[in-house]
Amino acid sequence: MNYDQARWTDGETKRGEDADGQYEPLLSEKNSEEVEVESPLPDELTRDSVELPDLEEPQLARHYTRLSQMNYGVESGPYPLGSCTMKYNPKFTEDVAALPSAGVHHDRSDRSLQGTLGLMAGLQEYLADIGGMDAVSLQPPAGAAGEFTGILVAKAFHEHNGEGDQRDEIIVPDSAHGTNFASAALAGYDVVELPSGDDGRVDLEALEAAASDRTALFMLTNPNTLGLFERDIEEIADIVHDAGGLLYYDGANLNALLGQARPGDMGFDIMHYNVHKTFATPHGGGGPGAGPVGVVSDLAEFLPAPRVRETEDGEAEYERFDPENTVGKVHGFEGNWLVLVKAYAYIARLGDDGLSDAAEKAVLNANYLASQIEYEVPFEPFHHEFVASAGDQDAADVAKRMLDYGVHPPTTKWPEIVSEALMTEPTEIESKDTLDQLADAFDRVAAEDDETLANAPNRTTARRIDQTSAARDLRLSWQSLDGDEE
Amino acid sequence: MSGRHESGDRGSPYAPHTADETAAMLDAVGADDVSELFDIPEAVAFDGEFDIEERTEREAERHVRGLLSRNDDLTEFLGRGHYEHYVPSLVDHLSLRSEFLTSYTQYQPEITQGFLQALFEYQSMLVELTGLDIVNASMYDHATALAEAALLAARVRSTDGDRVLVPDYLLANRRDVLENYTDGAGLSVETFATDDGNVDADALAEAIDDDAVMVYAENPTTRGTVEENLETVGDLADDHDALFCLGSDPVALSILQEPAAVGADVVVGDAATLGLPTAYGMGLGLFACRDDFVRQVPGRLVGASEDAADKRTYTLTLQTREQHIRKERATSNICTNQAWVALRTAIHAAYLGPDGLVNLANDCVRLADDLAERLDDVTGLQAPVHDRHHFREFVAHTDQPANAVVADLEAEGFAVHAVGDHEIQVCITDSNEHAADRLVAAFEEVA
Repeated sequence: MNYDQARWTDGETKRGEDADGQYEPLLSEKNSEEVEVESPLPDELTRDSVELPDLEEPQLARHYTRLSQMNYGVESGPYPLGSCTMKYNPKFTEDVAALPSAGVHHDRSDRSLQGTLGLMAGLQEYLADIGGMDAVSLQPPAGAAGEFTGILVAKAFHEHNGEGDQRDEIIVPDSAHGTNFASAALAGYDVVELPSGDDGRVDLEALEAAASDRTALFMLTNPNTLGLFERDIEEIADIVHDAGGLLYYDGANLNALLGQARPGDMGFDIMHYNVHKTFATPHGGGGPGAGPVGVVSDLAEFLPAPRVRETEDGEAEYERFDPENTVGKVHGFEGNWLVLVKAYAYIARLGDDGLSDAAEKAVLNANYLASQIEYEVPFEPFHHEFVASAGDQDAADVAKRMLDYGVHPPTTKWPEIVSEALMTEPTEIESKDTLDQLADAFDRVAAEDDETLANAPNRTTARRIDQTSAARDLRLSWQSLDGDEE
Repeated sequence: MSGRHESGDRGSPYAPHTADETAAMLDAVGADDVSELFDIPEAVAFDGEFDIEERTEREAERHVRGLLSRNDDLTEFLGRGHYEHYVPSLVDHLSLRSEFLTSYTQYQPEITQGFLQALFEYQSMLVELTGLDIVNASMYDHATALAEAALLAARVRSTDGDRVLVPDYLLANRRDVLENYTDGAGLSVETFATDDGNVDADALAEAIDDDAVMVYAENPTTRGTVEENLETVGDLADDHDALFCLGSDPVALSILQEPAAVGADVVVGDAATLGLPTAYGMGLGLFACRDDFVRQVPGRLVGASEDAADKRTYTLTLQTREQHIRKERATSNICTNQAWVALRTAIHAAYLGPDGLVNLANDCVRLADDLAERLDDVTGLQAPVHDRHHFREFVAHTDQPANAVVADLEAEGFAVHAVGDHEIQVCITDSNEHAADRLVAAFEEVA
């Protein structure tokens, strides 16, 4: 696949003088105005002046259109970024999220918000069914916020049982997402890192040894980050439960299980859903997402407040309510509502069969792609993602070179269990043709020499970017560029 | 022509496989059926149904539209941390370009320069408005940004201490989030009294000691007042080596005292006052601080760099602070953030430009003043309760019980807050000012 990404240099406003020094100029370099602040307020309560870019609408439209052309999204081409589940985002979900009836203020009465509350109740039910959970809170605004919320729920549960001080550890596999560790630490827990077994899965003996009366929670994703299903999940659940701990499901990999298996049926007590992954809401260049949390019935009383339920009079009316022993709030309002609308619309579109088929096609695509590439895939059988090894090549360089072939590369160098890891998740949205193109890109890069790789990329907006100097010589705003030599 | 995925066809409409392709792929991996690729023990395999019906796109669209249509069409005069300004069409059209909307975090900067530059520009505009050196991109909302500020304060402060001081007007939802986030770090959140909607300097002086890691104040405050004692707060915080954290937003910051000039070490707030309409509380956590704290900042930072062609480029930087590298020693657990909202905020700010921003902010002062004055003339109402300058919103006293007034107004098609037994709060901006006459008339009916 041939590929050239847009590259803009602006000789218009800069009259050519710095045209070689930069790509699309900053707004501040196009035009900047300092205005004096005159206000109905007394001078001592106001600032003197403010300086900001001052451009007309057509110039702004062109600026941001150019920036968009210098960016790569799911609709630009394949995006097999492992663990991120970069699926196509249906357009109609944007339209329903943009309806005026979706754009409401949080503080209105329940009676006037029956649509919003009804949709939330419906999404709670969808998610509970899909995860095999009994109760769901939609409040956490991202997956990591969901993890933190789940940990707060576990903490409240143990405190309720008089074991709050004693259970001060959370067990996390070494292959887990970094957020698991950080969320546990944020909640004040000590993290016990569990080494993976030789087969890339949880080592039951190691877990036996780690689990104790200090264990509050064991956090696990299944399939794990190598794409492997934890086949011993029932034994894992027994070990954790026998020690008095709770089992947490990191929903990052739920896409592989839709309609095939449910965390609740496997013995998980708490889980979060990454609706921006599994249920195809856009990732927005890094957010917003949403990270609803589901729990089994014993933990429902601790979920964040408020939740939504049908009123008892059976009038199909909805109300907000506070669970009996709620942990309180994890977001100022109710999280990323517009993302929840899109997730609801996506699930309502696919239904049982569509969700189940998505998981099947995602797993088929991963297996097919892995079968077509030269790089070794050391751990299998995997589900929706696989981790190949770049062998003697540097995985980061491999990724840069793949950009030249018009594809977004896999996640690299993680998990560390595989050397020079290329963690690849094509998702269900890619056709056989596209997977063949992806395989071709992998194989072309695999056959190239280190120098070619080290000099990549060549066809993207920017050439290889110096990360070290960015960290050493920090320039975090255009104000800090003043001393720059062009 | 019958579409491949129209009603009656089973399966994901976004999986493009034909039957022939599926067969060829199964053949290539040596399986007869997709089910063979699932390595799930029978005991935990799911064989039930969710009973979610499959819908065509037009059925799904109609279904969601129908659900949401159950919301009453009220004219909202609501604020208290969640504000609506008119969002120019340009913001939607540009931010919805799929190259922005459907991209991931910029872990491959060479191919995501567009988003990185937009975030760098967002950071820069907020650096100008706060006067502080560093703005991250981004946190979830005002409440979580405030909580991260307290955690930052505990990390960077040179001496021990565990007290976070907040004014008594702090919204309950913000306090709740703050307490949840800081409990694990052993911090305690304590309240100091305010005086007529502003910080009571004597009360703060009484409350603060060397165990305080952070003092928080807002401008404008939750009660809509413009704070007049910011320098005093800054001095008191300084005297006790505590951080001064100020809550605000980009519209207010364009005319109110510059945070850096009054001694603020950290600025938090909801920057979605530019960029997002009301979205049931969805927001954009603003987080700005002094550059001394750069290695302790939570969240993502975009920095300038050079590429192999020696041209200026942008990249995520100082990622060693972040959870995917530092794990349990990271400066926060945030991964997915609000980057796309920050893009929208940047476009909105650039659209307004410096004059437009100042004018919008001045309108927030004038509109609130005018409306308070008109409501004060209504029998049974006194407005504003606080003898202060106001921004966007104000509290009014009602002779009738506030809840009854609010319910009666709702029947007339308006939403305002009840904030006390006889107190209501009203918020007015460029998005609802057209309905101000009708609101006053409704108050005359019900107050």
